[in-house]
Amino acid sequence: MSYLIAAYLATWVIHVAYLGSLVRRYTRLRKQREELSNR
Amino acid sequence: MKRAFPILAIATAVLLGYATYQALWVAPTEQTMGEVQRIFYYHVSSAWTAGLLFFINFVASVVYLVWRSPKADALAMASAEVGVVFCTIVLVTGPIWARPVWGIWWTWDMRLTLTLVLWLIYVSYLLLRRFSASGQTPVMAAVLAIFGTLDIPLVYFSIWFFRTQHPQPVMGGGGSIDHRMLRVFFVNLIAFSCFGLLVCWARYRLEVLHREVEETQALESLLEVRSSR
Repeated sequence: MSYLIAAYLATWVIHVAYLGSLVRRYTRLRKQREELSNR
Repeated sequence: MKRAFPILAIATAVLLGYATYQALWVAPTEQTMGEVQRIFYYHVSSAWTAGLLFFINFVASVVYLVWRSPKADALAMASAEVGVVFCTIVLVTGPIWARPVWGIWWTWDMRLTLTLVLWLIYVSYLLLRRFSASGQTPVMAAVLAIFGTLDIPLVYFSIWFFRTQHPQPVMGGGGSIDHRMLRVFFVNLIAFSCFGLLVCWARYRLEVLHREVEETQALESLLEVRSSR
């Protein structure tokens, strides 16, 4: 049972970490775009 | 299209929740492996989705090489990155399943080794795109992607071509599967495919935005240089 939980946890930790990195990159790029358009 | 994204994201989240519920609580427990067999629903679905994304990468790379379409190049980049995430899950969940079933975390079996090679090819693809400053990077990456795709059928058919410890496929492998397990498997396959394609779409939009910002920055610095003269 612990192996099953470990596999499911690993799967979702990887997905959440990746989705988090996408959100961070998107926020940074939007900020950069706003700064560029304000110049 | 932008309005459709949140709706599709909610629908995919609901489908993934349903698929997880089916895999953990509804699917019958396998007699010899027990509860650990349920890893199969995530492992195989992730492998399928990785293959699907690498195939998209292949098509986009060919389109880029033929027509030099920047959109195709952005799609190739997005699908490769998301494909690597799903392939990583395959390489992580596989050993977690293997430890209680085979008694070992890893063996240099043909299916396992070729999957690791596939992962390494696409990681090198991403590293090439990340660190190469050459103007020819998209072309080199597209060529690498086409060669990388050749590994996908090798991974899939390796269990027919070579003696292997890896279990035979669900269909066409000579074995049989309980119809309730098969139904849960297909629910997970569809859920993971939708999730993979949705994340690829989000990553593609991010890539387009990244290129827009880079182009604007380049244009601004060019204008600054001209005005300072």
